[in-house]
Amino acid sequence: MMVLRESIIMKIHYGTALGALFLTVIHIMMRLTQDFHESLEYENVIANYESVGYAILLELLLILISVHGFNGLRVILLEMNQGPTYEKLVTIGCLAGMAALIAYGSRTIIMTNMGML
Amino acid sequence: MATIHPKLSDELSQTVVSSTKSVKIKIKRSNPNVNSEQKFDDFVVPIEKWTTVLDVLLDVKSHLDHSVGVRYSCRQASCGSCGMKINGKPGLACFTKISELDSDTVTVEPMDNYPVVRDLAVNMDRMINNHKKVMPYVIREDSEIDAESGIREFLQSPENVDKYIQFSSCIKCGLCNSACPTMAMDKTFVGPQALAQAYRYIADDRDKGKNKRLKVIDESHGIWRCHFAGSCSQVCPKGVDPAMGIQLLRGYLLGIRD
Ligand code: HEM
Ligand code: SF4
Ligand code: FES
Repeated sequence: MMVLRESIIMKIHYGTALGALFLTVIHIMMRLTQDFHESLEYENVIANYESVGYAILLELLLILISVHGFNGLRVILLEMNQGPTYEKLVTIGCLAGMAALIAYGSRTIIMTNMGML
Repeated sequence: MATIHPKLSDELSQTVVSSTKSVKIKIKRSNPNVNSEQKFDDFVVPIEKWTTVLDVLLDVKSHLDHSVGVRYSCRQASCGSCGMKINGKPGLACFTKISELDSDTVTVEPMDNYPVVRDLAVNMDRMINNHKKVMPYVIREDSEIDAESGIREFLQSPENVDKYIQFSSCIKCGLCNSACPTMAMDKTFVGPQALAQAYRYIADDRDKGKNKRLKVIDESHGIWRCHFAGSCSQVCPKGVDPAMGIQLLRGYLLGIRD
């Protein structure tokens, strides 16, 4: 099942990897603004989510890693087995997993940001 | 000895007399057309400094067991027929000297990633078909034979030759495909041999088939299933470096070369 040309998918794969690398650097640098153990304290975690800028960073990271990770999984599965039905299932399964993870993660980010948690 | 040509008999006796060393060769035997049995047969054969693995196999065939199945032709690393696994590593039997293996026992097995026909001979259809798929010839609308001017040449600069000459040394031995981990997993992967040849013709400026060829390799079991293991280039006996060809081809598809 060819949804996109493979070279376009792989450009997305490499692009999401680079984007995630960049955002992870910012994410880790933000940890340096406080003591290491404070990062995991309840109030600080909630405060992070409630800051709109940081919530956007988390949302982008979620999207980039979900797209990259599930496409990577698709690649592994395509190499483990071949056949038209199997490959169609792999593509649909990975797209569904990607969408579900983004939806569930976004729900957490948005609800926490809006003070609903 | 009267029936043997005098020169041949000299040669035969000379080989035996001058040999002081010998090697034990373990040959993997199987015949999937008959049954699923696999075994190793051992033979001890005299060797010289220059004896190759193929020489040893032919010695076994001449004097000890003529039923050993092995494919060969040129005996000089040109025809690509004698690829096999020698002490676990893919290599050409005619291009591997026993002396360079540094071992008293040499084990030979058929190449991985190909179905065995018998003993050391494998079926190379998959490689040949993938090679054909990438259109390994110069593609263009016009012809070297012209109605008006007769025969003309498609000229090419030495600079352009430099871009692909290394890749045109491929003898289709298939060793690269047998060393490739993706070939082992993905039975529809196009493989390093065909990808290196796709690069060879795309880089040739007489060729106009770039887009056609890129389309063939840009699919879910094409070029992107290479994960940079580099084992193809490690085993290539002709210095082709298919792994580099693959990265250069990727450049076209990522838009960083044209
Ligand atoms: C931000 C840092 C990351 C970078 C720079 C990165 C880079 C890459 C690259 C270049 C590939 C292609 C490798 C190949 O074709 O052989 C790849 C594959 C893959 N990545 Fe990532 N990645 C990162 C993070 C992640 C994360 C967090 C996950 C999991 C959620 C992940 C999952 C995968 C998977 C499953 C593959 C497929 C395996 C493969 O092709 O070898 N990656 N990654
Ligand atoms: S690229 Fe090298 S190893 Fe592969 S088929 Fe050609 S000559 Fe043999
Ligand atoms: S016999 Fe021709 S390459 Fe070895």
